[in-house]
Order: sequence, then structure tokens, then C-alpha cells
Amino acid sequence: MGGIRALIVDDSSVMRKIVERSLRQAGIELAAVLEASNGAEALAVLAENKVELILSDINMPLMDGLELVKQLGGVPNAKGVPVIMITTEGSESHVVEALSAGARGYIRKPFTPEQVRDHVLPLLGVKA
Amino acid sequence: MNSASITPTDDSNLHERWMPVLEVAVREVFELMLGCRLTAPEGPVDIPGEMTAMVGLAGQLCGIMSLQCSAPTSAEMASRMLGVDPTNIGPEVCDAFGEICNMIAGNFKNKITGLGDGCMLSVPTVITGEDYQLHSMVDAPGVEVRLLFENLPFVVALQIHN
Repeated sequence: MGGIRALIVDDSSVMRKIVERSLRQAGIELAAVLEASNGAEALAVLAENKVELILSDINMPLMDGLELVKQLGGVPNAKGVPVIMITTEGSESHVVEALSAGARGYIRKPFTPEQVRDHVLPLLGVKA
Repeated sequence: MNSASITPTDDSNLHERWMPVLEVAVREVFELMLGCRLTAPEGPVDIPGEMTAMVGLAGQLCGIMSLQCSAPTSAEMASRMLGVDPTNIGPEVCDAFGEICNMIAGNFKNKITGLGDGCMLSVPTVITGEDYQLHSMVDAPGVEVRLLFENLPFVVALQIHN
């Protein structure tokens, strides 16, 4: 698998680092990791950059992850890019809302690298 | 992950029944995110409150989840979470410490049937130093769990406003 460009969206820089580390531990080769601390920043990053994977928190200031997913449909660089939510919000309604909005996966914090691998690899066309 | 089927309003011993749920929630966060198995103290332990992280809960359950320990312990937790040497930990201690509290609060509420949809979490707040008094509008017995992280004591408390 060639390296992919991933966008990690979380208001915690520590969580962004942990998500990146989990991707690497999952054996996913990363050509670049772009970061944003909320949905609005993520949209700004995507206006200038193409990525192959987006991982986003839900609870964030300015624009939360659910609103980000809803707005990604209008972003050319995000067309067809899988989005996985990684969040402490574990309620069924949040999962349904995220998946309905267009997210392709949902990981609850706390999580293991194996959970990240199992969600991400199929979306990249790699058997988990 | 383990889960408990306890609804928020089903009996008067709720707070006692929530204690083991809270302990499981704490242990899972440390095992999964810090790669550390927590132990229980054998007797009463004095826990310095130099670092306090708080996450507010609102909705069906209102209150505050807090995590408290010494500054060196919080640095050790952050270093384990980030996989770096404790001496190389800087300002990200507060970020990491707050996230641990946030995950404990989220993991706890996800284990209480019915709370997931009816309870929202605030962003974490971290206080450094011990010279402060917290006045919260709690009016119900709290739940507290004291554990050891690498033999370093810390406390997680849920203060409840009914």
C-alpha cells in the first residue's frame, strides 16, 4: 500500500498525535498527516489539500464533527473521501446521525490501534 | 468493553451501584489509552491535588467528573499516553490530563443505559495548583474511586446534581 494523506480533526493536539500513532501502529503508511482543531479549520485545510482519509472528533468548538461531515459534500477535495468519527460520544443517536450525515465509521474513545485498523483498512480497500 | 445495564432512575442505591461502573470506566481508559493496568491501594492514601481535570455533565445526569493527582503523576500519565519520556513532557500535560478525564466521563456515561443520548459532556477544564475551593451545586451523594497508576495515587470523583 502506498502512503496515504490523512486529515485528523480534534481540538486536542494530544489526541491528534495519538490518532496518528494508532494509524501507524495499525500498519497504515502515511505520506502526510494534516491536522485541524475543529470543523471550520478542517474545511480550510481541505480547500487547499487533497486527502484520502479523514478522522474527526465530534465535540469541538466553532464547528463540531457532525456539522463538518454534513458540509464535506460541498468540498471538491473531500468527494468520496471516507470519514471516520473518533469520539467519546457513544450514544446510538450520535452514531446514527454521523453515519446518516456521511461518516463511514465510528470509533468510541477509549480505543485500541486494532479498532482503528479494523475500521480504516477496509475503507482504503485493504483487507483488515 | 464491559458495560453495565443501569438506568439513571431505577433505584435509591444508584450511587453505590455506579461506583463499580466508574471504576471499570477508569480502568478501561488507562488500559486502552495508556497501556497500564491500575491497582487498588491497600489502605487510605493521601492524594495531592496539584492537578485537577474536570468535565461537566448536563442533561439527564448533571454534575462534574473530576480527576485529581500530583503534578508528577499527571506528567507520568501524559508521557505514557504520548509514548514519550516524562522529562520531555511540556504544556501538553494539561491537554492529555483533560482528555483522560474526558474519556473517563464519556466511557462512564456510555455504560449507563439511557444516559448516552440524555447526557452531554463539556470540554475538559484543567486546574493547576491546590490553593482553590470548588463550589459546585451538587446535592446528591458523590461517587469516588481511588486507584494507583504505576503505584502513584489518583482519584476520580463524580459529583452529582440531581
